Amino acid sequence: MAREKELTMTTILPRKDVVIVGLGWTGSILAHELTDQGLDVLAIERGPWRDTATDFNIGYAQDELRYSVRRDLFLQPAVETLTMRNDPSQTALPMRDFGSFLPGNGVGGAGVHWNGHTWRFWDSDFQIKTNLTKRYGAARIADLQVEDWGVTGAEMEPYYDQFEYLAGISGKAGNIKGKLQDGGNPFEDPRARDYPNPPMEMTYAPTLFANVGRSMGLHPFPTPSANMSRTYVNPLGITMGQCTYCGFCERFGCANYSKSSAQTTILPVLMKKANFEVRTDSEVLHVDLAAGGKSARGVTYVDTSGQEFFQPADLVLLCAYGLHNARLMMLSGIGKIYDPVTGEGTVGRNYCYQTNAGAQVFFDDKNFNPFIAAGALGQTIDDFNGDAFDHSGLDFVGGAGINCIPTNGRPIGTRPTLPGTPKWGSAWKKATVAGYKSTLGFSSQGSSYATRTNYLDLDPTYKDRFGRPLMRMTFDFPDNDIRMSNYLCDRMEEIAKASGGKQYNVARRKKGWDSVPYQSTHNTGGAIMGTDPKRSAVNSFLQSWDVPNVFVIGASAFPQNAGKNPTGTVGALAFRAADAIRTQYLRNPGAPLVQA
Amino acid sequence: MRTPAATLCAGAALLAITPALGADQADQIIRGHYQAVLGDCAGCHTRPGGRPLAGGLPLATPFGALVPPNITPDHETGIGNWSQTDFRNMMKTGIGHDGVRLYPAMPYPAYTRMTEQDIADLWAYLTTVEPVSNKVEANQLPFPLNIRLSMWGWNLLNFSEASFQADPSKSAEWNRGAYIVQGAGHCGTCHTPKSFLGADQDTSFLQGASLQGWFAPDITNNAQSGLGKWSEADVATYLKTGVNAHSTASGPMAEAIENSTSEMTDSDLKAIAVYLKSLGSDTANAQAPKPDEARMVAGEAIYHDNCSACHGGDGAGAGALFPTLVGNSIVAQGNPETLARVVLAGSQAVHTAGAPTTPAMPSLAWRLKDQEIADVLTYVRGSWGNSAAPVASDDVAAVRKELVP
Repeated sequence: MAREKELTMTTILPRKDVVIVGLGWTGSILAHELTDQGLDVLAIERGPWRDTATDFNIGYAQDELRYSVRRDLFLQPAVETLTMRNDPSQTALPMRDFGSFLPGNGVGGAGVHWNGHTWRFWDSDFQIKTNLTKRYGAARIADLQVEDWGVTGAEMEPYYDQFEYLAGISGKAGNIKGKLQDGGNPFEDPRARDYPNPPMEMTYAPTLFANVGRSMGLHPFPTPSANMSRTYVNPLGITMGQCTYCGFCERFGCANYSKSSAQTTILPVLMKKANFEVRTDSEVLHVDLAAGGKSARGVTYVDTSGQEFFQPADLVLLCAYGLHNARLMMLSGIGKIYDPVTGEGTVGRNYCYQTNAGAQVFFDDKNFNPFIAAGALGQTIDDFNGDAFDHSGLDFVGGAGINCIPTNGRPIGTRPTLPGTPKWGSAWKKATVAGYKSTLGFSSQGSSYATRTNYLDLDPTYKDRFGRPLMRMTFDFPDNDIRMSNYLCDRMEEIAKASGGKQYNVARRKKGWDSVPYQSTHNTGGAIMGTDPKRSAVNSFLQSWDVPNVFVIGASAFPQNAGKNPTGTVGALAFRAADAIRTQYLRNPGAPLVQA
Repeated sequence: MRTPAATLCAGAALLAITPALGADQADQIIRGHYQAVLGDCAGCHTRPGGRPLAGGLPLATPFGALVPPNITPDHETGIGNWSQTDFRNMMKTGIGHDGVRLYPAMPYPAYTRMTEQDIADLWAYLTTVEPVSNKVEANQLPFPLNIRLSMWGWNLLNFSEASFQADPSKSAEWNRGAYIVQGAGHCGTCHTPKSFLGADQDTSFLQGASLQGWFAPDITNNAQSGLGKWSEADVATYLKTGVNAHSTASGPMAEAIENSTSEMTDSDLKAIAVYLKSLGSDTANAQAPKPDEARMVAGEAIYHDNCSACHGGDGAGAGALFPTLVGNSIVAQGNPETLARVVLAGSQAVHTAGAPTTPAMPSLAWRLKDQEIADVLTYVRGSWGNSAAPVASDDVAAVRKELVP
């Protein structure tokens, strides 16, 4: 009876070749590639349409209260939230406000309000299990559930290159075809060519940080940045403007066409294509499967009036935020949900995060002018990242990039004060005046490795406004990652000491992940890629093992997270999936690209 | 899954849907399609997002509203009952099927210079357009102008059937440019000032005119207000892509570029440039009055707070993204209407294959008062070598009133 009612209320629409769920970075890349292939593509986006001049108006784009404090561009928990707990023995409760991470919403997705750090993961990250086992023995990773990705660094290189040229990344190569380059990152894998744009002009803080690092025998280099160091025309013919160093990147849309996003690199061309359409303010409820559950028929979505539609399509691409990709799979019955007790099931497996810590050095005699800034303007030291250093005598695996990237000097949020300063009153005011211009900050962005009990599934109790179960996140920082982070904090302490300030403070990462203070919107895993359908949800082309006409694209595919921001790898994986669809899948639609 | 569709060029598409046509006939249709590009038929006769040539959005003329009719070959609502002679006479004389007199919003005073062959080709193309049933009430003028016979008197005063007169002393390229500009391209319809009866003032040919809330700039070679600082290649690039080193198209010109000039051949664009660059003189140019110093100081402060992030502290802009304000022809016009409009309402660049970015200037109407806009425009028009007249607060107020009636 209920089923019958549902059917009569749903409007059935004309079929499309491809339906894409979510029009952020990955959705836009896939839509562009597949419309070039001649396919008729529809993107369904839960949030609103957003474009530079109308939505990131130069007259109010830098409104810190509206965008940073009140988080105007982000997903609101009333639309979708999740429940959280630290371990399986606890009862999860809903996050009634987002804090630790801030998923995006609307056209452009989180790519609208990111900072722009654009990394390549290394071959040692992709072949991590093989590599760590060979180098340190299986016992070293016995507590972890790390997995190989099913790709090599060399296989990923051309797709990283595609994304970096699309997005106009500013940086300095460290290794071109095996030849080390002065001033770049000596630990990176070989790349075919340099970045499309030179590094940004350095401000004083990262310059000082790099000098201190070099004096200690470390290897600082300019952070690869999606903030333009100069006017750039990308391969689609789209022009981006030189960054003005205004320091309003993270949590903000860029009013100056200076930060790469779908809006500034793809949409001007994509939106003009006759074989592309986007429907905004429309939320996909689930993917509809054919009888037997082995192929998708399309998706069901609802618009803001509550009207429900069935959109048939031959190919369904889940391109939402990684967490939402995983939840849509769970709600649609694509693959089996992971069970940490039996270890069976793949959807929700290997949820990982980022293990960060920070350091501050206080000076009396320096002026860093922190308001001259950009989201990815800074210097990085990778000497202790990933497997760039020997872990033989250590009690952990993994590592972190140490980043001095003073992203902003915004008046509400940037108030560094000496430890022990009161939180309010005249003493705080005095300290904030003294600290604003003269504090050097840097941080470790640490790897996050999978364990058996960090995972995603559906909450047994709490539901969303459509009556669908919320996703439940079970997560705490693994002991391995805490040991890693402590080791990195020791290294940061050495740098802080060598900086010559009057005082320093290192804020160490502790067990007991807290969902309230902001930490990182680098949620990874849940629909991981791999070579074994028992341990991964998608193959190395991001095609579902269980429903081959569904591809799941995003950081949901990461089997674990490296000590780097994920967007570069997300973009490269999107290009790789698009290439596989264009050159392999379309020859034999509906068939698996990899035989299990 | 369908196999990927090949991209068909216009000619191949036509041949594919009309397999019975002879090659000569197909060639004529393709030539006629190009005449439709030169004449920008779609600019008026196709509604944004609507079926091709099935009728356009109302044109606001100083005399009232006219709606561009359906010119698809539909028998009931289009021009399916017209003969080729009807069409030829309409283009040449402004008198259509059944002797109906057209209003010169249809630019027959320009089209009259088209050759018989080009008009015949255009007709051949129009007969192949997909017929669309869409009834358009073209004439929405008030009495007595709604009496089409009134156009008899107008034509008597303002119009004579003409042919293009080539100038044998000039190059073939110049003559080709003149033919397009004066004929099918009907540039003067916007860029030539009008008499109180709405007829072109031939003595001011292409020297800039106000219409539909925009000022169509001087496109003669005048060094102060026209194309004097543009090279021929600059003109061609602007028409091809909507942007060049001096300016970015806005308003009705952006539409004309999208529908028409961006589709023209490179040799025709070069010819247009050669011709336009030969027009006009600088003899009448006068030094604009020097702006008040206090207004320049105020304008400079407003500029740095509101404009410089994109247009640069020195007004130089950034390539194809943010237009330079130095020597920009929109900045340099005597009439600041377009300039004020762009600041108040914002403007988005046109999408062309050569410049697909479509960067946009945001609306600043909510942020700046009329006096502030007048001051900042006065500063821009009087800085970095620009020497256009100061802008009065009332000029801005008039445009604002038009935008928010």
